[in-house]
Amino acid sequence: MDSPDAPSSEHVKPREVPYCGFCSLPPEYCEFGPTLDKCKQWLSKNDKVLYAILYNTLDDQLAAASLNETPEDDKKKAKEAAKIEKQMQKKMQSKVLIKRIERTKRKCVTSVFGLENFDVDLKKAAKLFANKFACGSSVTKNNQGNDEIVVQGDVSDEIFDLILEHWPIVPEDNIDLIEDKKKGK
Amino acid sequence: MESDWTREQPNRGRTYSCKELGPWALFNIKEDVTGHTQVKSSVQRAIRAKILEQYKEGIEGIIDDVMPKKAPLILMKCHEHINLIVMNNEVLFFNHFDGPYFPTLKLLHKYPNMLPRLQVDRGAIKFVMAGANIMCPGLTSKGARMDVSVPADAVVAITAEGKNEILAVGTTKMSTDDIKRINKNIGVETAHYLNDYLWKTVVDI
Ligand SMILES: [Zn+2]
Repeated sequence: MDSPDAPSSEHVKPREVPYCGFCSLPPEYCEFGPTLDKCKQWLSKNDKVLYAILYNTLDDQLAAASLNETPEDDKKKAKEAAKIEKQMQKKMQSKVLIKRIERTKRKCVTSVFGLENFDVDLKKAAKLFANKFACGSSVTKNNQGNDEIVVQGDVSDEIFDLILEHWPIVPEDNIDLIEDKKKGK
Repeated sequence: MESDWTREQPNRGRTYSCKELGPWALFNIKEDVTGHTQVKSSVQRAIRAKILEQYKEGIEGIIDDVMPKKAPLILMKCHEHINLIVMNNEVLFFNHFDGPYFPTLKLLHKYPNMLPRLQVDRGAIKFVMAGANIMCPGLTSKGARMDVSVPADAVVAITAEGKNEILAVGTTKMSTDDIKRINKNIGVETAHYLNDYLWKTVVDI
């Protein structure tokens, strides 16, 4: 099938998948390999972010930190926790809009708005969409001056699923799907 | 179908049960490569055409990046009639006899949209990574997903519950509709999986 929205001139760049320096698997699969301990050591040195995501060490670090702290630290921490709590609440109320916009009768684009409220790197997200759907995807400023991701083609449902899968922090209820038709048909 | 590995069983020097294990289960690149040649440009064109024909829209946009026309194509022949297509020291595709070409996992990780993807549940991961074929229930349980409709004998990529990257590549033994309906026996025959010999193969010619 020929999709009118995926011009062949659109270049699909290869994704770069990091592999574990110890066992060669994608790090998320190290747990199924024979060398998990060594893999963890390697990852904790080479990719702290991924390490924290995969092995949930944020809790461990907090626990370790709480072992040697003073009352002042406690206060500070409580303040910080309250701040984080507030931010979280704000986050939980912000919406992500996925909008299907008709450009012509057969062509349409999908715009995604509001992901930044959940600390998603929009550029990376746009790249991810481009890779997943093999289509053009870019970050642009809309007329309100806010950043949004515009993806070529009608991929609203796919993006909905992808957001849930990729950024579990975004609650399903906070994602709205909208259709923006030029004229009623 | 040539993709049926079990057909090639009789009177080979080695025996392995292809019913449970893919052809790679006992494959060892160091021992099993019988030779490699840089193919003539006509052969290279034919291989390219076959891959294009097989994957059509999955590869059209990327074929020039995946297989640059100018780069030399090395054909590595292995025992059991397994062929590896190598470019720039990277194994891109493999096939059995003159059967369909399978992309390697490293290539699929770069271009995950080449193949339709089916998702197994988390419980299936360790079996797949031990070379097992994928039984239907592993594709129909709660953690599994089949969002695409695929006929039998199609080359598919296997993803896994909770993982981003593709875990294996194989051939459907029945259509996705039948996998859902029958829900027993082998749904996808595993050809290549994370941590098998092909995955660990480092080509340096
Ligand atoms: Zn590892």
